[in-house]
Amino acid sequence: MATNEAYARAASNSRYVERFTLTERMLHWVHASAFFVLLGSGLVLYLPSLSSAVARRPLIKDIHFWTGISWAGAILLITVLGNRRAVVRTIREIDLFDRDDRRFLSGDIHRPQGRFNAGQKVNAILTAAFATLFFVSGLLLWYGERDTRFRLGGTVYLHDTLMYISIVIVLGHLYLSLIHPTTRHALRGMTLGTVREEWAQAHHAKWTASPRSRK
Amino acid sequence: MHDRDQLSESPRENVGARRLGRAGFLGVVGVGVATLFYGKTISRVTSGVINPISDATGLTRIVPSSGWRIYTVADSMPRFDPATWRLQIDGLVERPLELSYEDLLAFPKAEQVSTFHCVTGWVVKGVSWGGVRFHDLLASARPRPEAAALHLVSAEKPYDDYLTTRQVQLRDVMLAYEMNGKPLSRAHGAPARVVIPEMYGYKNVKWVERIELIEKAGSGYWEQRGYDVDAWVGHSNGY
Repeated sequence: MATNEAYARAASNSRYVERFTLTERMLHWVHASAFFVLLGSGLVLYLPSLSSAVARRPLIKDIHFWTGISWAGAILLITVLGNRRAVVRTIREIDLFDRDDRRFLSGDIHRPQGRFNAGQKVNAILTAAFATLFFVSGLLLWYGERDTRFRLGGTVYLHDTLMYISIVIVLGHLYLSLIHPTTRHALRGMTLGTVREEWAQAHHAKWTASPRSRK
Repeated sequence: MHDRDQLSESPRENVGARRLGRAGFLGVVGVGVATLFYGKTISRVTSGVINPISDATGLTRIVPSSGWRIYTVADSMPRFDPATWRLQIDGLVERPLELSYEDLLAFPKAEQVSTFHCVTGWVVKGVSWGGVRFHDLLASARPRPEAAALHLVSAEKPYDDYLTTRQVQLRDVMLAYEMNGKPLSRAHGAPARVVIPEMYGYKNVKWVERIELIEKAGSGYWEQRGYDVDAWVGHSNGY
């Protein structure tokens, strides 16, 4: 271990490690921008004060609907045409929770973590599940307007509830990635792809220790 | 370099690793899908908790947790000018009428408290309405015997809908010009809208500017898009 620390000190300030491939970053930013367009247009459709102020409901409905469709198409396209191996590796890492991860979630946040800490894994899983449910309930809202057999009693309730929970999760995500001093360096990983090796060792010790990270 | 590689282990080989991610994903999706079918029951429970909080904190004014959502079909909402507004009553009548806002207020005033059901699932309870019963309104135009339906035309083009003369004679059906003690607001259809609590909101035409008496009810804006013509709450539109 002593060798490791000496190595880390020597390498600090200058060395960067690749955390996210271009494919992963594109998936993230397509998802993020679609989320905010959908949230904005959705709130106009949802909040009475905004609905009254903007009033152009058919247009806002179209924007909301087509953003959702484009989001799904773009996510599919980037995954198919992009670095599929990286995507599969990411999914596999997020899927697995080891003992350190479980302890991290029960409050011991100094447990050594992999490329994703357990909180990031939970965030990714919830994001994927919510996106699926948003998409399904959104399609039902749209199609149920055309064929009442697809009008299910809880669709509006589900779509609205997902929106409230998502806002809370995204605010937490924004805080950790933009404001919180020790975690905001992660934003560099999601924009440029690389992070300082020293930071990675402090926050993702098991990842930097793995040979993959130094390809 | 070499010694580090030997020390390292990839995340996949970590102690006690379990595939909890997919379980979590499927679990959340499963709960969500169940909500599609049982959401009404769940929302009844949660709104019992959430509504008092949002009422107490004033959130109700911003968030429609226990209240209205404003649905429109045109690019802008009709604007009401009391000086120029007219309500036309024509078609199969002996005496076609053109009522001003003042004329409308001069009819015997009816009041009621009723529940408003939207076909998309949200409900507003205990809405106070003030307005005119259709019986009183139509009597002055003297409908002909063959008049069996009303074509209700909104100033929000191209919105319209139909009700039969029997349906508008239900006890709590009215052309409302007041909501919760105040003149109807623009978003709710100023100055006059249909209120028929037995049917879903889309039959409660807002911004009514013309009532045409005809022989047979046709298909209104939403009915041409697949909704039921007789929109009884709880017994239509797939419910």
